[in-house]
Amino acid sequence: MLPYLVLAMILFATGLFGVLTRRNTIGILMSLELMFNAANINFVTFNKFVATTPFVGQLFAIFVIVIAAAEAAVGLAIVLLIYRNWRGIETDHYSVMKW
Amino acid sequence: MEQLFEGVTPVFWILAFVTLVSAFMVVSLKNIFHCALFLILCLFSVAGLYVLLEAEFIAAAQVLIYVGAVAILMIFAIMLTSNLASRRIRQLNENVLVSFFVSVVFVFAGILLIRATTTARVWHYRPKDLSTDNIALLGKYLMTEYALPFEVISVLLVAAMIGAIVLARKERS
Repeated sequence: MLPYLVLAMILFATGLFGVLTRRNTIGILMSLELMFNAANINFVTFNKFVATTPFVGQLFAIFVIVIAAAEAAVGLAIVLLIYRNWRGIETDHYSVMKW
Repeated sequence: MEQLFEGVTPVFWILAFVTLVSAFMVVSLKNIFHCALFLILCLFSVAGLYVLLEAEFIAAAQVLIYVGAVAILMIFAIMLTSNLASRRIRQLNENVLVSFFVSVVFVFAGILLIRATTTARVWHYRPKDLSTDNIALLGKYLMTEYALPFEVISVLLVAAMIGAIVLARKERS
């Protein structure tokens, strides 16, 4: 069980690094997916190895997957909108919501 | 301490290696399209990890939703927005070093936390055999005990779908 948790931790940190450093907005969204996956690995691992009600961890993993799908759909729609208005999706390209 | 390494097979190490290497590729490659392809590889190996953890339905959902829908959506968005071939643009911003430091500190803090909680026996360690009636039980839970979150999540999905359509639609003046 321990290596699974450490793997999820490293995967989450990798996603964090991507979110903090990417200039491309789609790159940020992809790193976010990595972080969602790390959380899901934790859910499924605890569901298998730790005394809880069986399958509840898997249920929550399904919920996380659905939320990730919804997030990707809305996020990419916003990315397309930004591209149409600013002709570029680098994060320092558009800063109208920054004071 | 030995029992905490239960369920760790050679297949696990292979899948973990593939997952981590492709995740590093996702966050470090210059070409965003190659990043998307490595993201697909990473999601596939995470699905393999779910199979190892006896969560076959999650593995199938992972392949269907992530690889089949989300990754393809990402590739669509990349093709619609970035001009990949024309110029080499800088992909990382200026706080790479700080972010790397933060991530490494995060990993070490997390490992210390895991060690502390495992040695203090906070968790009731009891591996379960989940191989029987996997999908049937999941369906039963979704229809009885967790019916309300299930409905809420379907409403959320509809809202996200409508929101995406409204956002991406061409504005008519």
